[in-house]
Amino acid sequence: MKMPKKYKVSYLINLLGLLVLYGLAVLLFESGVLGTSTTYVKGIFTTACYTIVMVTSLNLVVGVMGEFSLGHAGFVSVGAYVSALASNALSGTGMPNLLVLLIALVIGGIAAGITGMLVGIPALRLRGDYLAIVTVAFAEIIRVCFCNFEFTGGGKTMSGIAKLADFYWVYWITAACVAVMFMFVRSRYGRTVKSIREDYIAAAASGINVTYYKVFTFAVAAFFAGVGGGLYAHYMTAMIPTNFNFNYSAELLSEVIIGGTGSLTGSVIGAAFLSALPEMMRQFSTYRMLAYSVILVLVMIFRPGGIFGTWEFSLTGLLMKLSGKGNKAAKEGQ
Amino acid sequence: MTVSLFVQSLINGLNQGAIYALIALGYTMVYGIIRMINFAHGDFIMIGSYTLFYTVPIMINIGMPAWLAVIIAVAVCMTVGVLVETIAYKPVRKAGSMSALITALAMSIFLENLAMVLFGAKPHNVAKIFALPTINVMGVVLPLNVLLTIAIGVGIMILMQVFIKKTKMGKAMRAVPQDKDAAILAGINVNRIITLTFAIGSGLAAVAALMYCAKYPRVTNDMGSMMGIKAFIAAVLGGIGIIPGAMLGGILVGLIEIFVKLFAPGWYEAITYSILIVILLVKPSGILGKNLGEKV
Amino acid sequence: MAEKTPVLVAKSLGIQFGGLKAVSDFNMEIGESELVGLIGPNGAGKTTVFNLITGVYKPTEGSFYLKGEKMNGKKTHQIVHAGIARTFQNIRLFKKMTVIENVKAAMQEKANYSLVDAIFRTKKYWTQEAELTKHAKELLEVVHLSGKEEILASNLPYGQQRRLEIARALATDMSLLLLDEPAAGMNPTETEELLEIINYIRDRFKVSVLLIEHDMSLVMKICQRIYVLDFGTTIASGTPEEVANHPRVIEAYLGKDDE
Repeated sequence: MKMPKKYKVSYLINLLGLLVLYGLAVLLFESGVLGTSTTYVKGIFTTACYTIVMVTSLNLVVGVMGEFSLGHAGFVSVGAYVSALASNALSGTGMPNLLVLLIALVIGGIAAGITGMLVGIPALRLRGDYLAIVTVAFAEIIRVCFCNFEFTGGGKTMSGIAKLADFYWVYWITAACVAVMFMFVRSRYGRTVKSIREDYIAAAASGINVTYYKVFTFAVAAFFAGVGGGLYAHYMTAMIPTNFNFNYSAELLSEVIIGGTGSLTGSVIGAAFLSALPEMMRQFSTYRMLAYSVILVLVMIFRPGGIFGTWEFSLTGLLMKLSGKGNKAAKEGQ
Repeated sequence: MTVSLFVQSLINGLNQGAIYALIALGYTMVYGIIRMINFAHGDFIMIGSYTLFYTVPIMINIGMPAWLAVIIAVAVCMTVGVLVETIAYKPVRKAGSMSALITALAMSIFLENLAMVLFGAKPHNVAKIFALPTINVMGVVLPLNVLLTIAIGVGIMILMQVFIKKTKMGKAMRAVPQDKDAAILAGINVNRIITLTFAIGSGLAAVAALMYCAKYPRVTNDMGSMMGIKAFIAAVLGGIGIIPGAMLGGILVGLIEIFVKLFAPGWYEAITYSILIVILLVKPSGILGKNLGEKV
Repeated sequence: MAEKTPVLVAKSLGIQFGGLKAVSDFNMEIGESELVGLIGPNGAGKTTVFNLITGVYKPTEGSFYLKGEKMNGKKTHQIVHAGIARTFQNIRLFKKMTVIENVKAAMQEKANYSLVDAIFRTKKYWTQEAELTKHAKELLEVVHLSGKEEILASNLPYGQQRRLEIARALATDMSLLLLDEPAAGMNPTETEELLEIINYIRDRFKVSVLLIEHDMSLVMKICQRIYVLDFGTTIASGTPEEVANHPRVIEAYLGKDDE
C-alpha cells in the first residue's frame, strides 16, 4: 500500500511551511534590516532551535511516556562533550564543515542514546517520584565524571570548539529532529509507549514488553538530547560541566510543562518563545527562572496539561479551516 | 586508616548525618501524609540560613547568645512553609502526583531565584554561632559544637517520636495517610493536619540550617537543592513516612558521604549518588518500610 | 471432548503474601473451546488466580501449563504471546487513547516495521498500519463497538468500556481468554448482549474462556464446568448442577449471606 493522498498533501504543506519560515529568516538576516544586531538576533534564533530539540526530546519522556526525568541535562552534556571531541578529532581532515557537524552530532547523539539506555535499564524499574530522584542522581554522576575527566577540561572550561552551528544549518537539523520525533510518536512505537503511560499493567496484559519500550523511548529521547547538546557545543564553542546542572534540567522540564505535556508542537512553540524572550529583554534575564516558576505554578493550578495541553498545532488543519474546507471535513467525519 | 582518623570521620559523619536526618524528617512527614516530594524543603534550609546570616549579628549586638537566632529562623521558615503549602500546594492537591511534583519543583526554583534576586549570587558568611572550644581526646580533634549538633539532632528526633506517638495531634497525623476519608469521618481536620505538618517540617529545616551553618557558615541561594535531594533519598533509605527511618537513613547517608569523601575526594558525590541509586533500586521501600505493590 | 492436550493445566498452584496463603493447591484443567467458571465469595482468591496465570504474581508453589508448555516464571507479556489474555475487574483501559488505538496497541506484535520504516513512512509502514486498522475494526465489530473508533476510551459508557477491554484482549490472538467479572455493573440487557458476545467469540475464534463472576445465575447458565474457590482453595468443581448441590458450596455461600 502506498502513502494515502491525505498524508502526502499534509507533508507537502508542512514542508512548504518550513520553507516559508526559513525564507523569512534568510530575508531578515540577509537584507540587513537588523544592522549591527544581525549576529545577535541570529544567535537568539540558534539558541531557540537547539532548545527546541532538547525540550521536544524531553517531552517524549514526560508527555508521551508519562514519566519524569529531572536529569535531561545529563544527556545533553554527554552529547555536547562527545560531539565536541568528535569534531575536534575531525578538524583538519579537510572535510566540509557541514559534514563534520553532522558526523559530530550523530556521534554525540549515539553516545547520549547509549548513556540513556544504560541509565534507563536500572532507573525505569522505578516510577513517578522515585524515578525523578534517580534521574537527578544519574545526571549528577555524569556531571561529576565530566568534572574529573582530563579530556573534557577536568572541571574547567572546555573551549576552542569549532563554531560549526550556523543558524541556517541548525534550522534544518532542528526541523529534521522534530520531524523524526513526530514520526516516532505517530507509529507503533508511540502508540505502545502511550499505552504504557496510560496503564502499564494493562499494557503488559496486552502483550507489550513494558521495560523494553520504556528503555527504548528513553534512549531515543536521550539521543535527541545529545544532538541538542552537540548543537549547543558547536554554537557556544566553550562549556563547563556546571552548565548542565540540576537547574538546567529543571529549566528544560519547565519548558516542556508550560508548552504542554504530550504536545510536541507545544514544546516547539514553548521552547522557542521561552528561550528567546528573556534574551530579547536583557534586563529581564535575572528574573527568567523566577517568572518560569510562577508561570509553572499558575499553569499547574489553572491548566494542568500545559498551555497547549495535548493539542497539536497542524498547519494543514489551519489551512483547511482558513479555506473553509475544515467545516466540510468535520461534517463528513461525523 | 588510623584509629584517630576513623573516629574523626565517624564524628564528622554523625554530624553530617544528624543534619540530613533533620531534613529527611521534614521530607518523610510531608511525603507520608500527601505523597509528594516537597522539592522546596531543601530551600527552606537556605531561607533559614539567610535568616541566621542577618539575625546572628543582631543577637550578638544586643548581647544575647547567637544561637537564639534560631527562634527567628524557625518562625521565618514555618511562615514560608505554610505560605508555600497554602498558596501553591493546596490548589493542586487533587490534581495528581505529577502536578504536585511539578508544583513543588516550581516552588523550589522560585525560592532559589527569589533569593538570588534578593541576596545576589555571592556567598554570604554567617557569623560564628557557637563559641565552644575544641578538645583533643587521644589525637582526635573534637570541636564541641559538633557534639552539640549531634546532641540537638538526636534530642529533636526523640521529641518528634514522642509527639507523633503520644499526643492527639501526632496521632491524627498518623491517621491521615492511612485513610483520608476515615480520618475526616473521625473528625480530623485534614487540611489543618497537613498545614501543621508543613509548619513542623519547615521548623525542623530551620534547626537543620542552624546545625549546618555552625559547621559550614557559607550561605548561597542554591545550597538547598542538592542537600535536599540527598536528604530525600535518606528518607527513602530509612523507609518513607517512618520517623525513625528518617533518622537512620539520614545518619547512614551522612556516614557514607564522609567516608567516601575520605577515599575519593573528587568523586565522592558520584559515588554517594551511585550508592543511593542502588539503595533506591534494591529496596525502594526502605530499611524499616514494608513492601507494597500495586493492587491489580 | 477429544483426547487433546488441555489448553490450560494448573497443578497445585499457590502463592503466599508474607505468611498468608492467598491461594494454595489450586488445580484446574480447561479444554479447547471450553467455557469454565470460577466462582467464590469475596476475597476467596479468584482474581489472585488470574494474576498468577497471567504472570502478574509469581507463584510460590506449583506450576501451570498452556497447551503443554510450562509458563511459570514467564513475564506477563510473554504469557500473552503464548496465548493467555485477560480483562480486569476494575476496568483498565488506555483512557486517553481512542477506542481503535486501544485495540491497535494490543496488536504490537502483528506489525514489525522498524523505526526506519516509521521515520521515512515507507510502504511497509503504510501497509502494516492499514492492516492493523482493518483487523482492529473487525474486532470492534465483534464486541458491537463499530462506529466508535475515534472516541476516547474514557468517554465510553461503562458497559462499552467492558466490551472494549474484551476487544483489546482478542487483539492479542489468544487461545485462552480470562474474563474478570465482565458483567459487573451491567444491567440485564447489557448482560444479555455480553453473553451473546462471549458465545460468539468462542464459536468464531475457537478459544477457551475462564470466567470469574459474582452473579451465580449467569455462571450457571453459560458455563460448562465450574470451579468454586473459598479461602484460596478449591472446595468444589464440576458441572453447574453438581456444584450447585455441593454441601460445601452451599455452606460457603450461605455463610456469606449471614454476614
